[in-house]
Amino acid sequence: MNFFLATLLTPLIGGVLLAMIRNPKLAAKLNVLTSCVTFTFSLLLAFTVLGKDSIHAMNDWFYLDAYNVFLVSLTAFVGMTTTIFSKPYMQHELEIGRVNERRIRLYHSMYQLFQFGMLLGFTTNNIGVLWVSLELATLATVLLVSLYRTPAAIAAAWKYFILCGMGIALALFGTILVFFTSSMVLGHGNEALTWSLLHANASDLDPAVMGIAFCFLMVGYGTKVGLVPMHAWLPDAHGEGPTPVSAVLSGLLLNLALYALVRFKMLVDGSTNTDMAGHIMMGFGMISLLVAAMSLHKQTDIKRMFSFSSIEHMALMTFAFGLGTPLAAFAALLHMTVHSLVKSGIFFTVGHAAQMMGTQKMSDIRGLIYHYPGIGWGLLIGTAAIAGFPPFGVFMSEFLLFTATIESYPWLAAPLLLGLLIGMAGLFRFVQPMVYGEPPEHAKDVRVNMIPVYVHFGLALLLGLAIPAFLSDWYHQAASLIVGGGA
Amino acid sequence: MSSMMAQQIIDGLAALTLLISFALLAQHRMLSVLHWFAAQGLLLAITAAVVAYSSGEHELYISAIMTLLLKGLLLPWMLWRVIRELHVHREVEPLLNSGVTMVIAVAVTLFSFHVIQPIQVTADLVTHNSMAIATACVLLSMLMMITRKKAITQVIGFLAVENSLFFAAIGATNGMPLVVEIGIAFDVLIAALIFGLFFFQIRDTFDSMEIDTMNASLVHKDDDE
Amino acid sequence: MSSMFFQCLQAMLMLLMAPVLAGFLSTLKARLQNRHGAGILQPWRDIRKLFGKEVVLAEHASWIFRFTPYIVFTATAMAASVVPALLLDTPLSLTADVIALVALLGLARFFLALAGMDIGTAFGGMGASREMTFAALAEPAMLMSVFVLAIGAHSTNLTTMISHTLTTPLLIQPSIAFALVAMLMVAIAEAGRIPIDNPTTHLELTMIHEAMLLEYSGRHLALMEWASMVKLLLFSTLIIDLFIPWGISVESSFIGVLLAFVIWLLKLIVLLVALAVLETSLAKLRLFEVPQYLGTAFVLAFLGLILHYMLEVGA
Repeated sequence: MNFFLATLLTPLIGGVLLAMIRNPKLAAKLNVLTSCVTFTFSLLLAFTVLGKDSIHAMNDWFYLDAYNVFLVSLTAFVGMTTTIFSKPYMQHELEIGRVNERRIRLYHSMYQLFQFGMLLGFTTNNIGVLWVSLELATLATVLLVSLYRTPAAIAAAWKYFILCGMGIALALFGTILVFFTSSMVLGHGNEALTWSLLHANASDLDPAVMGIAFCFLMVGYGTKVGLVPMHAWLPDAHGEGPTPVSAVLSGLLLNLALYALVRFKMLVDGSTNTDMAGHIMMGFGMISLLVAAMSLHKQTDIKRMFSFSSIEHMALMTFAFGLGTPLAAFAALLHMTVHSLVKSGIFFTVGHAAQMMGTQKMSDIRGLIYHYPGIGWGLLIGTAAIAGFPPFGVFMSEFLLFTATIESYPWLAAPLLLGLLIGMAGLFRFVQPMVYGEPPEHAKDVRVNMIPVYVHFGLALLLGLAIPAFLSDWYHQAASLIVGGGA
Repeated sequence: MSSMMAQQIIDGLAALTLLISFALLAQHRMLSVLHWFAAQGLLLAITAAVVAYSSGEHELYISAIMTLLLKGLLLPWMLWRVIRELHVHREVEPLLNSGVTMVIAVAVTLFSFHVIQPIQVTADLVTHNSMAIATACVLLSMLMMITRKKAITQVIGFLAVENSLFFAAIGATNGMPLVVEIGIAFDVLIAALIFGLFFFQIRDTFDSMEIDTMNASLVHKDDDE
Repeated sequence: MSSMFFQCLQAMLMLLMAPVLAGFLSTLKARLQNRHGAGILQPWRDIRKLFGKEVVLAEHASWIFRFTPYIVFTATAMAASVVPALLLDTPLSLTADVIALVALLGLARFFLALAGMDIGTAFGGMGASREMTFAALAEPAMLMSVFVLAIGAHSTNLTTMISHTLTTPLLIQPSIAFALVAMLMVAIAEAGRIPIDNPTTHLELTMIHEAMLLEYSGRHLALMEWASMVKLLLFSTLIIDLFIPWGISVESSFIGVLLAFVIWLLKLIVLLVALAVLETSLAKLRLFEVPQYLGTAFVLAFLGLILHYMLEVGA
């Protein structure tokens, strides 16, 4: 049985089916079911890779190695829990009239299409298809962000569309440049876009072309990662879209963009034999970290506030991948995993909290822990986890990253720590009064489903205490793969 | 057709593409922008056909036909419909400042020439000259997106970027593999459809096609609540 | 010695032909507008008549005002006489440098503007200011488009440039096409034709060149008018030389020069017909659009230059 096809086709078929189902309740159930099936297939897919270095499938169109196999499962997993969360959440939005049934249909269908784009991007071996799938996921999320049709939502979606459209165009240009030089080595066909072949022949690629290509790819995919100064779309898109969309944007889409960037970094390192790409990534990462940590303090909207936290963490990963030591790469991979889990968990909690209080404005959200202890605790634990408190996985990865930084660039450890501390202070400054304090009169009871949140935080806790052997093997393999080509 | 001849023609087409990028940037009226955009699409199709003929890559003929239908006819027609429906065709675009824009445009062209020229001599295709021009076109179209204030011209800028990218692909590399090419064309089509959808929503929500009006709703949102 | 003879012949021809061709142009325009027209020789008749009239000088006119017609005519005539029209290599061809030509025309323009302001009338000053503003934009554009060709020939000397064009194989050179369009646009502006300026109107608000001539009369006016006709011919010849020089006589034989003359005349007629059609079909640009027009010419010429490096040098 071909698990590649099964993993990819399930969301695609689900998306088409969901486009036809008018009953919102049925559609929500089918949405959950589709995602569960996708997740199952992705697990089976991961098992086939377990113990092997990498597998190629279907004429080299698909490729799994240690680097992307866990990301596929992670994507399918977060995709699944998000559908479970979104079931009561979207039901509530429908009841209060923020969306109508047609929009719900669009939402479900686009959600699965987004999943398809994500999974295709992670599994494909062709850098052209990688671009196409990222664009597909972007287009699907544009429609999702504009779902509420409020002026702010439409403006946010437009900004997202234009900025990311521009970014992704630059990334395509970078891809064309790579093809430009690789077609001279690998012939004029799909082979010249096949990542595994490119990686094997990286030293034959023209270093000058690859260097220029990386600059375009960095700015292009960096826009999607949300790196400063191309981050303007990210807080708006997170703030104005439905919360499940914010969760998958932060937890998944940003990962895919960073994943793509790192894939290219491996090629560029192999070709140029310098740290050029790594240094660029470190620069972008450090600036984004500091800017995001400081911007976080100025926010008034809870989802925007956490979206700046996402920028901060993506910046950390970019920085870590840029460092280019095995330890740093290990930390980045771990951070990618725990950030996805924790951040989407936080967005689930935030979504429910905002529904209860009827607003996303932080100064109007008060006393969550008294009104609904589960939500209050959830937000508190989630914030502690994302801020990097032990024993959660984020602490683990940030600690590793810090160690790696001290090893190679000690003088960068100070700004790194400063950024982390500023970000942490910002989070607690806002979250503490929201959790405690006097609950306002207008607070409503809404149906909540906290299971996904607990599962996410539980996994993050587990990863902080002990990383399972198979996962740490993958991280090690992937880390050496990422670092391997470098100088 | 000898390869010398083919190169001559492709160089000429590349020059025209660059000219159109400048023209798009310099236009004030919506409809003339649209005309130049359609011309760019046609030019691309011709370029693809010439490259297909000279290089013997038959896949490129499919690309050429796809380009002609999608970028030369369908997209301009759709945009024309939108412009007519929204009654924006007579409005004169408030430009940043045409003199400054032109100076930046020339600087951008020089920059891309400076960056790309050293690498394109490594290529062995008849079309290797066009890489620098394609880079310039990409950056110029982006400049157009930045300096324009109306949603529709931004979109034309976006599509012009895609056009320039396609030109880069056929000009510099004899075209990406067909699968990727089709994927990209499909994405562009979907993007254009979404854009079309958005225009009407923006019009209904904001009563204006100005980007500033839209961004104002994001800035003031915190105050409203 | 025969080349010296041909040089003189060529210079005379330029000066004598200029009014005829101006007459040809206005007749052509008249026919296109369904009028009969005054005939090809009308400019000559005008000039002769003006020479016979007495000069009326304004009370406050200084020597600048009186000298200007001679300086303008001499500078323009000098420029016209060194441009190779019929014969490629003449004794004076060493001086036929494009930059020198532009400088000569600049000299003429400078005195023209001074004379315009000299009397102190409002129109003179207005015309002078407009002329100088547009010149500041037109001259760089013209030089830029000449440079496109000069870079290929490694010289700004017209003779060298022409022989370079004649000896290189015929290729599609986009850069030269861009330069040609830019040059045509500049030439129209410099010669004061529609859509930039209308040489036949004295409508106060729009005139540029005519505004500076308002106070002239008699032989002064005749020289000024003649100079502007020579300028039109000069620019046409320059375009022919730079972009379509084929047919120019390489050696100084009588037959060759005669043949070159016929070909030159044919090219001129084609250019003038195109100009007549253009002038009939276009409306004059509003004044504030002129900088944009000249800016476009400059950008085109500049693109030509970049393209030359992008496409033709690396190839």
